[in-house]
Amino acid sequence: MSELITKTAAELADALAAGETTSVELTQVHLDRIAAVDGTAESGVHAFLHVDAEGALAQAAESDARRAAGESRHLLDGVPIAVKDVLATQGLPTTCGSKILEGWVPPYDATVVRKIKDAGLPILGKTNMDEFAMGSSTEHSAYGPTRNPWDQTRIPGGSGGGSAAAVAAFEAPLALGTDTGGSIRQPGAVTGTVGVKPTYGGVSRYGLVALANSLDQVGPVTRTVLDSALLHELIAGHDPRDSTSVDAPVGSYVAAAREGAKGDLAGLRVGVIKELAGDGWQTGVMERFAESVDLLREMGAEVTEISCPSFVHAMATYYLILPAECSSNLAKFDAMRYGLRVVPDGDPSAEAVMKATRDAGFGDEVKRRIMIGTYALSSGYYDAYYGQAQKVRTLISRDFTAAFENVDVLVSPTSPTTAFRLGDKLDDPLAMYLQDLATIPANLAGVPGISVPAGLADEDGLPVGLQVLAPALADDRLYRVGAAVEAALTTRWGGPILSLDKLDLREAGAR
Amino acid sequence: MSQLTRDEVAHLADLARIDLDDAELDHLAPQLNVILEAVASISGVAGDDVPPTSHPIPLTNVFRDDVVVPGLTAEQALSGAPEAEDQRFRVPRILGDEQ
Repeated sequence: MSELITKTAAELADALAAGETTSVELTQVHLDRIAAVDGTAESGVHAFLHVDAEGALAQAAESDARRAAGESRHLLDGVPIAVKDVLATQGLPTTCGSKILEGWVPPYDATVVRKIKDAGLPILGKTNMDEFAMGSSTEHSAYGPTRNPWDQTRIPGGSGGGSAAAVAAFEAPLALGTDTGGSIRQPGAVTGTVGVKPTYGGVSRYGLVALANSLDQVGPVTRTVLDSALLHELIAGHDPRDSTSVDAPVGSYVAAAREGAKGDLAGLRVGVIKELAGDGWQTGVMERFAESVDLLREMGAEVTEISCPSFVHAMATYYLILPAECSSNLAKFDAMRYGLRVVPDGDPSAEAVMKATRDAGFGDEVKRRIMIGTYALSSGYYDAYYGQAQKVRTLISRDFTAAFENVDVLVSPTSPTTAFRLGDKLDDPLAMYLQDLATIPANLAGVPGISVPAGLADEDGLPVGLQVLAPALADDRLYRVGAAVEAALTTRWGGPILSLDKLDLREAGAR
Repeated sequence: MSQLTRDEVAHLADLARIDLDDAELDHLAPQLNVILEAVASISGVAGDDVPPTSHPIPLTNVFRDDVVVPGLTAEQALSGAPEAEDQRFRVPRILGDEQ
């Protein structure tokens, strides 16, 4: 195993610039790491659904040739990356963790994929996820679960458990994720990594297979705050092909992260969200959160408690709006133009083929949400369910607006618990939904959020995440505060929370 | 809030074009009721004076200039088709027995 895999993306970029390594070498050591620890659906981390060794090495060779000719397209040119399997990649399978898209190879690239290709980042492969991003544990993948590198009997979070586990297990220095209700931040929290959900519209959704259009956002999945800032600046910006893309200049996230790392938060006003605590919140999670808040104070921040009374309704609101949007979005999987087609015996009609295909191709969680959405949108129930949820969504946005009149950022634990055991909540949808209690409000209001490691819970030794939320288009504040907390905690711990010796990868590594 | 009956769940599955068998109906129907009971808690939370939000960041409709831009070729568009013929998607019969 090469020690290069333990370097941050920023360090790898510097090493490439200094001529100390090559992109081919970096790509190969990460492919070797994937071969050693990723395993299969049955054992190992299983962060990847598809590994593209040949394509990644070819992209890496091109990057090296460019650099040899004195050319570089981007600071991260040559640094390999993993991509969540919900983003369309031309020439590479894109399954969204579903049997209905098994073997589908998109004829085009998502805008974010195009951007990382244009910048010269070799794509290592596609990462595992809950089917169509529905879930908080990656257990709803049709191709078998991803396992948490800290303890392989536990979940890596979801839906982007594959991307988070890939960076946590040092299989990739960078990954792309998507966050509809917490799918970047909650996996970040339970794997001891960093994840950012940008402002809604800050990053193009073109080529992202939509779960819920008004909630989805693409963002960075990394091991450090600076690496997230670097990747965020690369993928952000207006895209004429996404009509919900915000036409505003990209913020200075890298500068904000570097500034924050100096540890001076004097004058910063921080609000602790009162409603995101209490019953159901694990003791070790609340202890690490309280320490992080103390740390913010020590660095000069003014901390107050802020009440967001409508947040208690966020989960119910989300689980009406999301199913409504997904039942409509997933109607396109109709067995006619692409994806699976199951033909029943005899001379079946198109409708019979459609029904048989959707039954065979969708898993339980997808079926549940499609049917809840169909119900919430149906005549006679629309006002009581979907209409009411849209109104409560307004109240949640107003809570944010009121809070941000008094504070610059809001903080909470990212997830109520540390990583739970695989299988524990698989047949209890409501218990699973509660994992997203703290992350959902940001998606409903479109505001940005980050999860950074806050330490390990005393009772189980597993990672806890601190969530920081900022007003729309003020994503730079996430990086300033996130980097400050990261720098202070890393100093206190004597090193990063995530290191090779803490991981539970011996069994897979021994194969 | 009234509970969904098994027949109503079967009807929803039909509307959603999912061919659920008996075992799946038995498994999913009670779970849907638990979820619906939980989400019904928002009933009455927002009054009539609260406007609905469909979209988190206010937007106006977006238009582009009416100029030709490259799209997918027929070959690319058909590359994932379960069946294709003469540069078209080939689909099962679309009319039922009664038509």
